[in-house]
Parts: sequence; C-alpha cells; structure tokens
Amino acid sequence: MAHTLRRVVLAVGLPIVLVAVWWFATASSTSFFWPPLRDILGTFVETWWPDRLVGDVLPSLMRLLAGFAIAFVLGVSLGVAIGKSRALRAFLEPVLEFFRAIPPPVLVPILILFFGIFNTMKIVVIITGCIWPILLNTVEGVRGLDEVLSDTSRIYRLSRRARLWHHILPGASPQIFAGARQSLSVGIILMVISEMFAASNGIGFTIIQFQRTFAIPQMFSGIIVLGLLGVALALIFRLVEARILRWYLGLRAAQRGE
Amino acid sequence: MMTTATTIESGERPTGSTPQRRTERHVPAGVLGALGLLTLVVVLELVPRVGLVDERFLPPFSSMVSALAQEAGTSTFWAALGATLTGWAIGLTIALVAGVVLGIVIGSIPVVRAATSSTIEFLRPIPSVALIPLAVLLWGTDMKSTLVLVIYATFWQVLLQVLYGVRDVDPVARETARSYRFSPLTTVRTVTWPTALPYVMTGFRLGAAVALILEITGELVIGTPGLGKEIGVAQSSGAVPQMYALVIVTGLIGVVVNLIARWGERRALRWHPSIRAEVG
Repeated sequence: MAHTLRRVVLAVGLPIVLVAVWWFATASSTSFFWPPLRDILGTFVETWWPDRLVGDVLPSLMRLLAGFAIAFVLGVSLGVAIGKSRALRAFLEPVLEFFRAIPPPVLVPILILFFGIFNTMKIVVIITGCIWPILLNTVEGVRGLDEVLSDTSRIYRLSRRARLWHHILPGASPQIFAGARQSLSVGIILMVISEMFAASNGIGFTIIQFQRTFAIPQMFSGIIVLGLLGVALALIFRLVEARILRWYLGLRAAQRGE
Repeated sequence: MMTTATTIESGERPTGSTPQRRTERHVPAGVLGALGLLTLVVVLELVPRVGLVDERFLPPFSSMVSALAQEAGTSTFWAALGATLTGWAIGLTIALVAGVVLGIVIGSIPVVRAATSSTIEFLRPIPSVALIPLAVLLWGTDMKSTLVLVIYATFWQVLLQVLYGVRDVDPVARETARSYRFSPLTTVRTVTWPTALPYVMTGFRLGAAVALILEITGELVIGTPGLGKEIGVAQSSGAVPQMYALVIVTGLIGVVVNLIARWGERRALRWHPSIRAEVG
C-alpha cells in the first residue's frame, strides 16, 4: 500500500509542483507576454469549445491522419520492394539518402506551387515528411529478416502472398513501428507548419492568428491544445503498438529474463 | 550506408546497426548508386523539357544548377549559409551539454529518475513548433527565436538516449564502485560515462539531424536569418529555380551532417566492441 502511494506521489508530484509554480509565479503578473495561468485556463473552454474544436482541430487531425496513413502504406510497400532486392537498394540508396536529408518543411513552398494552398497540399506535405522514416526502417527491417525463416518459407513453397503476410511483414514490424513513431512526430510538426503558411482553418492557423492579433491568453491555450494533442497521439500510438507487437514485446521481455 | 535513425524503445544497442554487407557480385554498389543519382538528374531535366510538368513549377535541372551557381556568387547566400550553420552548431551544443549533464544526474539518482519520468513523458511529445508563436512574440525575427526551437527539439533526443545509457550500466560495476567508495565524480567518469557513451553518440547523431531540420524550419517560418529565410524570399518573389537550388543545398547540408555525425560516432567509439567487431 505504502509502495503504491509512493509511486503515485512520484508520478504526479513534479507535474503538480510545476503547474503550481506556473500558477503562482504568474498569478499577479501584469506582463503582457506572460498572462496569469488563471486567465489562460479561464479562456480555454470558451476559446476552443465547441466551434474551434470542430472547425480547426478536427480538420487538422483529418489531414494528419490521411497523410500519415498514405505515407504508411506507401512507405511499407516501397520499403518491402527495396529491401528485398539488393540491386534496387544499391541503385536507390544515394537518392534516398538525399531526399531524407532535405528538411521536410522546405518542401512546403514547392508543394504550394503544385497543389495550391488547400487540403491536398497539406496532406502531400505530411506524406513527403512522414514517408522517409517508415520507408528506411522497413528496408532495414526486411534486410534484417531471419535467413533461416526465409529459406524455410521458400522450401515449403509458401506463396508470395503468404510469405509477405506471415514472414516479411511480421518480421519487419518492430522496425516499421519504430519508423512510424518517428513519422508521427514529424507529421504533427508538418501539420502545424503547413497551416502556418497558408490556411483558412486548422490549429496552426488559429494559433498564429491569435499571436498576430495579440490575443495572448488564447495563444497560450492553443499551445496547450497542441501539447495535449501531441501527448494524446503518442499515447494512442503506444497502445496500438503494444497490441500489434504483443508477441515481440513479450519475446524481448522473456529474453531479458523478466 | 543506409543506417536508420531507429530508437526502439528501452534500448536496442544503438551502435553497429549495420549488418555485414556482402559485396555485389556483378555491378559494384557504388556504380549502381551513381547510376541512381544520374537517373534522378536526367528525370529532373527531361520531365519539364518534354512538358510533362509545367516549367514554371519544376524548372529543368540545368536551370537549377545555373541558379545555384548564380547564388554562390552572392554574399547573401554565404551569409545565409553561415547563419544556418552557426545557429545549428550553437543549438546542438547547448542541447548536447544540457542533455548529457541532466541525463547523467537524473539517471544516476533513482528517486530523481522516478520523480521526473512522468514529466519527461509528457513534455517530450509536445511538438516543438508549438513554441513558434511564443518565440516570435518574445524575440521577433531574432536568431534566438529559432535557437529555442532547435534546443527544445534536440534536447529530448539527447536526454532520452543518455537516460537509456545510464540505465544500461552493469549493476556489478556500479556496486563495485560503491564498495571501493569511488566519489560520485569518479563513478561517473569511470563507470557511467563509458557505458553511456554509445548512447550519447546515438543521441548526437539523431540530434544533429533534428537540429538542422528545426533550424531551417525556424528560418523559413519565423524569418530569422539563414537559408530557410532565403527560400521564403525566393518563393515570395517567384524565383522558382533559386528556390529549388536552395532546397538542394539544404539537402546537401543534411547529407554532410549525417556523414559527419556517423564518422564522429565511429571515431568516438573506436574502442567499443560493436565497432571493433565490424572492422576486424
């Protein structure tokens, strides 16, 4: 009992202290840039509920999901193809290294040329940023597949499709998920950046709007929304990962002797 | 070498991730790679020339190159390049030092570690770009605005790796150090640091790439001096070939940064079994 209590105190102690410090340090603040936390939280609900939640947060999230999903499918299928062929890998390696090294946000001005400033551009921006970690990790994952299993599935004449579903994809999935986790945080950044450039709705657009009109408490509330969103998405991702990679995480725990 | 920036949670060994490479039997990999680059150049040249894509959107590769040559003759370009690299280096250094020092302190003291883990878990996924409006408000287009983004994003990469590294310290070695009454400083120097170094270097490699991305992003979005800002200027003045040329430059810088980071990693870990095994 005392043990659980200690863990709870350790887990929530510091966050409470930090929020308290923020609350009291700004409580009597008259600084224009640092409004009291009380004011920020006071405007929070009326700022976001319900119009902006539906009108801004939801469109942002839809674009992020669409971009991430397309990048995932593209990245995994290209990654499997590239990972399986040594010649193709050697052929594409320098090109991929180059594209991966381009900071994704600089593609926004280029993609605006092609796709304008609407949803398509934003989704394409997210795809171009998200695809690299997934693609490269899939290539590595496919490359690192257990050779005995590869030979076994070939000897048993498993069909291509069966090999893909029962050997290649599961075998590479820990790596694929490691890449997807990176992609998700890149995707959130690009979602915001693309909206800061040109948009008529979205979280990034709204926050910049608040900043330009010097609506400081609202701007802070937007930053908090963005932070909560990042945390929530990371949490959901971890739950999905824990479910799909159950076998792998269990295997590793067993190997570590836990 | 296609090393990926994987950070599988709680400690896949971060070094030596390159499995043994078999030499290509017919065409050497280098030749194929060069062919790949050549193909990309040809495609970029031909697609606009034959009119598959509007030249106003995608100029032929040759005009990108001549725009680049033109840029390279201006002092604006070199000043911007200098500003980008300076901001990147300063941000990366601050994040590295802060990440390593805090990581070792937090990781070495169990109570502190337990007390901070929930906070770290919460703060880490907060997208760094959320800080943009605040930074603009406080510093405008001063270099500091971008620096804050760079440090915030890079710091977490380093801190997490250092924490994994400190956790990896052999309990027997730690107990031995305690039995011999090593001072905390000696323990850090002789026990913690050598174990954590591979992780620190992974943090350095990941952080170097992230810092560059955030540096250029900040310049582009906020308008602090640097290549990102020049891309924004080229875009708003409709100088499309210049814009492409600058984007290519940022990609090349990224490639060089990756190569240097990998080289530094191998060099700092020459003594480490994971590197020695690869060479031997």
